Formats: sequence, structure tokens, C-alpha cells
Amino acid sequence: MVFMSNARIIPRFPAAGAAALRFAPLAPLSLAGARLAKSLGRRHPSLFARLGEQAGKSFLIDPTDLPFVFLLAPQPQAPRLEALRRDDIGSWDARIAGSFAGLLGLVHGAYDGDALFFSRDLIIEGDTEAVLALRNAIDNEEIDLAGEAAALFGPLELLASRPVRRLAAFVGGWSGVALTRAENERSE
Amino acid sequence: MTTKRFESTLGPLQFNWSAAAFADFYARIADEAPVDRVVIGESVCSKREPFYADRIPAAIERLERGGKSVVLASLALVTLDRERRAARELFEQTQHEVEIDDLTLMNFVRPETSFSIGPLVNVYNEATLGFLARQGARRFCLPPELPFASVEVLVAAANVNGAAVEVWAYGRIPLAISGRCYHARAHGLSKDSCRFVCEKDLDGLAVRTLEGAEFLAVNGVQTLSHKYGNLIGDLDRLAQAGVKSLRLSPHSGDFVAVTRAFAATASGEISPEDGLALLRQAAPEAEFSNGFLFGDCGAAFFPSA
Amino acid sequence: MSARAKDLELICPAGTPAAFRAAINAGAHAVYCGFNDETNARNFPGLNFSREEMAAAIKYAHQHDAKVLIAINTFPRAGAFWRWSKAVDDAARLGADAVILADLGLLDDAARRHPGLRLHVSVQAAAANADAIAFYARVFGARRVVLPRVLTVQEIAAINREIDVETEVFVFGGLCVMAEGRCSLSSYATGKSPNMNGACSPASHVEYRQEGDELVSRLGGFAIHRVSAAEAAPYPTLCKGCFQAGDYKGHVFEDPVSLDAASLIPQLAEAGVTALKIEGRQRSRAYTEAVVRSFRRALDAYAAGRPIAAGELRELTEGQQTTSGAYRKTWR
Repeated sequence: MVFMSNARIIPRFPAAGAAALRFAPLAPLSLAGARLAKSLGRRHPSLFARLGEQAGKSFLIDPTDLPFVFLLAPQPQAPRLEALRRDDIGSWDARIAGSFAGLLGLVHGAYDGDALFFSRDLIIEGDTEAVLALRNAIDNEEIDLAGEAAALFGPLELLASRPVRRLAAFVGGWSGVALTRAENERSE
Repeated sequence: MTTKRFESTLGPLQFNWSAAAFADFYARIADEAPVDRVVIGESVCSKREPFYADRIPAAIERLERGGKSVVLASLALVTLDRERRAARELFEQTQHEVEIDDLTLMNFVRPETSFSIGPLVNVYNEATLGFLARQGARRFCLPPELPFASVEVLVAAANVNGAAVEVWAYGRIPLAISGRCYHARAHGLSKDSCRFVCEKDLDGLAVRTLEGAEFLAVNGVQTLSHKYGNLIGDLDRLAQAGVKSLRLSPHSGDFVAVTRAFAATASGEISPEDGLALLRQAAPEAEFSNGFLFGDCGAAFFPSA
Repeated sequence: MSARAKDLELICPAGTPAAFRAAINAGAHAVYCGFNDETNARNFPGLNFSREEMAAAIKYAHQHDAKVLIAINTFPRAGAFWRWSKAVDDAARLGADAVILADLGLLDDAARRHPGLRLHVSVQAAAANADAIAFYARVFGARRVVLPRVLTVQEIAAINREIDVETEVFVFGGLCVMAEGRCSLSSYATGKSPNMNGACSPASHVEYRQEGDELVSRLGGFAIHRVSAAEAAPYPTLCKGCFQAGDYKGHVFEDPVSLDAASLIPQLAEAGVTALKIEGRQRSRAYTEAVVRSFRRALDAYAAGRPIAAGELRELTEGQQTTSGAYRKTWR
């Protein structure tokens, strides 16, 4: 029961890594984000069905141990994911903040959102209904971000997926962040 | 010209008053209050009843002498064996109609008996109303949280079934019932060793938010609204919808004045504004609300339209 | 141990198809879930099943020898009864193993129109004694009753001695302290009725705000909690709120704790209970997986006569604290 024993000790992103990222240009990250959002929209249409009218809201995804944030606007026609410096944050409807590992762990089904909220590892502000809809919609998609990244390479997906996974395993091992989906196989 | 547009029902006393206060209250109601029906008996906590049980027969006799029809209340949450026995015995007597406030009692209803449904039974739709009417229900005091749109539909259903609809028109609104006693808990006690601390609060124990806002009132195992439900400004639309009866729930202070304010407003003798002013005089401490009727939060108060 | 006790059924929550599969994979004997509308009591944004998703879920469960119980357990709104009635029709059509109902009119409607459909009486019906249960069994042919969380183990045993229908009890998760289906606290503060709209403390009326070092949560504008950074944050439910009543300041109704009755499995089995239920259709698939796996292990241990490991799920619970609730009489 991996997730149980981890519930208390969610790793923080290593300070050295965060410091290095402070001066990294965000343009490539935003570009990757935009592509990822578009690809997610294509590969996971039921995500938007679950979001319903909440898809029109904007979400500030705030990894508190990183020097930048993400602004997510999951409109079904043109979903957007943009990386921003903390100084450049404009308006948003809902803010979801926590360690990078906590946030990724939520997407990957490694952590339970309510449990992170109870333990104060997750902070929610603004439109609570929108946050709940997003959380539930994402949880149902069983998204694997490493897989999604691989999918960005299109026909080369198969070729790309192994290196991406290997890279994810390496970075995940170093930083303690769940970069791939938690797998729950049937026990019997 | 004045006409009587509504019947009125005095609901069961929800609070733990002394036996003497209980007897005095019903004596005054019997002699002075313009109400048609009185529901009497313990509906909140079976531990309270022994203290005043011997006063009930005299109270009933006096109420009937005063021209009121008397209905016997039942417990809102039946769990213990002695509570089940008491519920069964209510249907073994035949002199008085019984008001059902917990569906447990449906197990004792005989095909030929008619009965009333109290406000704590979940009658939310026409199918449920129809079902209960076929079992013998003749009057429904609707759940206080129902909005006007539901009231209208249920009145129509009641008409088809030869039953009457009553609404919660005055008094702190019962919001929840529990196996646990919150009065006891607030005094560091448990239900079994409660020392009857609920007798200290004639209209319930105020529950405020940590920011000091008035919010709820605790009454033993029951939780009530802080605000007194009050539909005196809404009688025109209730009459138009076909609501037959108004329920007034007892509180301390001059309750006869409350019943008179409703009677005078219901008959058109005085305006809703004057009726409201009379209620403010009769219960100067009370804050009022009618939000449920408008599908809004129950604590809201909208002036009569 | 009686033969009956060995066959305890584990009933698990699912708010999404992903959580549904997680529950089955973790060893659920049955999963309960609802349609994505106001017909069920966990009508939260982004949650629950479309008709197509329900069909697929039922197929998945049946392939794995598990059952599906569809909760249609709110109280139909006057004038819109057809919507609830249709939900029952759809459940029957899709092959649900049972429907969980609370409303008298809906039970009556379902019993008359779907005589072959297994009816369970929802906890929302608050059938808290043998007479109430006998009524549901006699009039509607209900086969199982989910008992309200106000009874002690002794009372449950006494009820089971008197009735013929099966009983199901909650063993883990959120704990209602009021008789369920009979509470309009949330309605009083927000205008949204749990009974009619299917959500207690609806997210649309919840506000979290950081005020200095404290996290303040409000429901419909009423302050419910004020917790420091070191304390566990609770759900914004009124019955777990912090208030002032007379000289008492604190959790007037209930502490922000969760039910965990894993250690009571043997007693509940001996009390004649048929099924154990886990609360939490609003939780993630991670929760479902962990809790179901843990309880399945506990049931298997009990059936094999091994000791039951308890308390391993505390991190998942509100307040990060657990209670055995009303099952012990001192709770009252």
C-alpha cells in the first residue's frame, strides 16, 4: 500500500533543482503545456463531459516548491495550460496549491485529494465547486503524464515512450515525485 | 369583510418545560387561543415524558372543553424498545387521532384508522403523499424546508386524495434529530446521564458561530433553527395555493398573542404588516425567517410580497 | 464463529468509473454508485455515472463476479417524480443487482412496476428499529436495510433477531451524527436541500479563506471552522463545525472524526449483519483502492480466524482521527 505509507511524507522538490529553474526560460514549458493541453483534450474527451460548465473556469495550479505556476483553462474547444512566473499571475477562479509532488501525485492517483486537504498538504481557494469538478474529472481519467508526453510525439509514440518513461523513472527517483501513474492491479 | 381562510394547529411543545409550566400553557391555550387543533405529547425525547405524563389527561380534557380537537403526538426518532411499545400503544387507543412523526408508526396503522402526518416525515412528492393517503393519512403538515413550488403540487395531490395540507407557519424550525443529546454534550454529560439539563432553556440553547453570529438552537437530541419560521406575510399566496391549515409551534412568552395575531391576519381582519408587528411584540427576542418557502436558505427573511 | 458470519459482504463506494474499477480490483464484493444527477445523495460536481458509463461498469463488475447497487436515494422533487422513476427503470434495464431507495413513493412505484428488482432501503430512510424495517419489508418487499449510524452493536443484534431482511452497516468513512435523510441543517444555511438536491454542504456554497495563520471555512456565509496551520482541516459540514453553545465552545455536535469500525467486524458479524459498507463516493480512486483493499484483507483475516489489523487507514480520514461512533453506547 504505497500511498498509505507515503501520505505523511510528501517529498518537496529539491531546492537545488528549484533554484536552477528560477532562471530557466518559461517559453518551452508553456509551449509543451499548450501541446499537452491540446493532446489531453483529444485523448480524454470525457474529462470535459465531467467538468460540465466548470470547464469555463480558470485554475491556478500552484506548485509551492517551484518558482513558477500554471494557469489551466480547460475549455473543450481550446484547452490551455500556460506556465507563469509568480509575478505575472493575473486573475483566476480557483487556486490549487501544494508541493509539486503532491499535485502530480493527485493527477496520477497516488494520493487522495481529501486526505491531502485534511493534512494541509493541499490548499484550495476561490471557486470550490470548480476545484471539486476538476479533481473528480482528472481522477477518473487515470492520466499518466509520462504517457501523455510520449503521445505528443504522435506516430513516434512507441519509439518515444520508453525513453520518456526511463527519464521519468530517473527524475522521479531523484526528486521523489510520482511522474507516472500509480498502477492498481486486481489482487485475486 | 373577513373570512376564515385557514384552520390552525398548535404543534406539540418541543421543549422540556416543567410539569407546572406545561399544565399552565395548555390551560391558557384551551381557554383563550383561537386554534382548531392541538397536537399534544412528547415528540423529541422519551426521557422527558414521565415528568408531565400525569398532566396530559387533564390538559386534553380542558382543551376539548375549549372546543379544540386533540391529536396525540408521537416520537420523532424511535429506537428503544419502550419507545416502540409506546408507539404501538398510541394506535391501540381509539379516542384520539395520532400524528405520525416517524415512519416506525406505519407498522401499527390499521386499515380502518385515519391519522395525520407530522412535519418530520419526508413527504416531498405527490407519490409519497398518495401512498400515505391510501394508508389512511388525512392531513399532512409538510416538511418545513419545502419551497412554494412543491407546496402547490402537494396541495393538488392532497385534494385528489381527500387530504388536507398544513404548513409550518410559526416557530423555531426542527432541522435535525439525532441519537446523541447535544444539550448533554454541551454540559459535558452523555444522553444516559443527562441530568435533564435541557429544562434550563425554555426555547432551546443558542448555538452561535465562532464569529458570534446567531445560527442554531439545541434542544436535547433535536437541532432547531435560531430564527423562528414565520409565514404571516405569506398567507395570501398560501391561501391561493389551497393550503388548508397553519401550524404554530409553541414557545415561551405570550403564545396566545401569537395565535391571535395569526387568526386576525388569516381572516383579513388586520394586515400582514400589523400581524408581523403583533408577533414582534409577542416575541421581542425572536428573529424571523421564511427563506425555505422561496427555495432560498432557510435563514433568509423576505418581506411579504 | 457462525457460518453466516463468514460470508460478510463488502460494499464499496464509487463516484467515477475509475474508482469503480479500483474497488473491484481491490476485492469489493459489491459496488454502490449513482447516476450523474440529483437522484442520488452524492450529487457533487464531476462525480457519478452517465447511463453509458453505468452499463459499462455493471458489465465490468459482473465479469468479476461482483454486484452493483445503484443508489437512487434522494427524495423526488414534487412535480419531477418521473425523473427518479426513470432512474429506477434505467437501473433495472441496465441489469443492476439492486437499487437503494429512500422515498416511500419511489419504493412503492418500484415495487409495483419492477417486482423482480431487488430493493434495498437506504440509510437516508432512517429505519432505526425492527418495526420500521418490518414495515418496509411487508409493504414493499424490501430485501435489505442499510441501518442508520445511530445504533449500538447490541441494538443491531436485537434488530436482527426480530427481522427477516438483511442488514447492512457502515464500517468506514464520513459519519453523519444526525438521523440521515432527516436533516436540513445544510439546507438552512445554503438553500440547497441534501434530501432534494443530493448534496450536503454543496461546494458552490463553501468558501475557504486564509485569515492570518488560520484557515477559515464558511458554509452559506456561516463560519464553520477556524483552524491553525498545525491542525487537520475538516470538511465544511455543519455537524462537525466549531460553535459556541452556552459556556461550551467547540464541536457542539461531533468532532471532525471519521468512522472506523474495522476492529468491530467480529461483533458486527455476530450481531447478524449481512454486509459492511464503506462510505466515500466523493473520494478519489486512491482512497477507494486503499480502503477496499484494507477491509477486504480484514474480512479475509476474520473468515480465516486470524487477527484483524486495525487503524491503518487513519491518514485517509477527516481530522485524521477515527471513532467507532454510535456502535459504542458512550457516544450518545
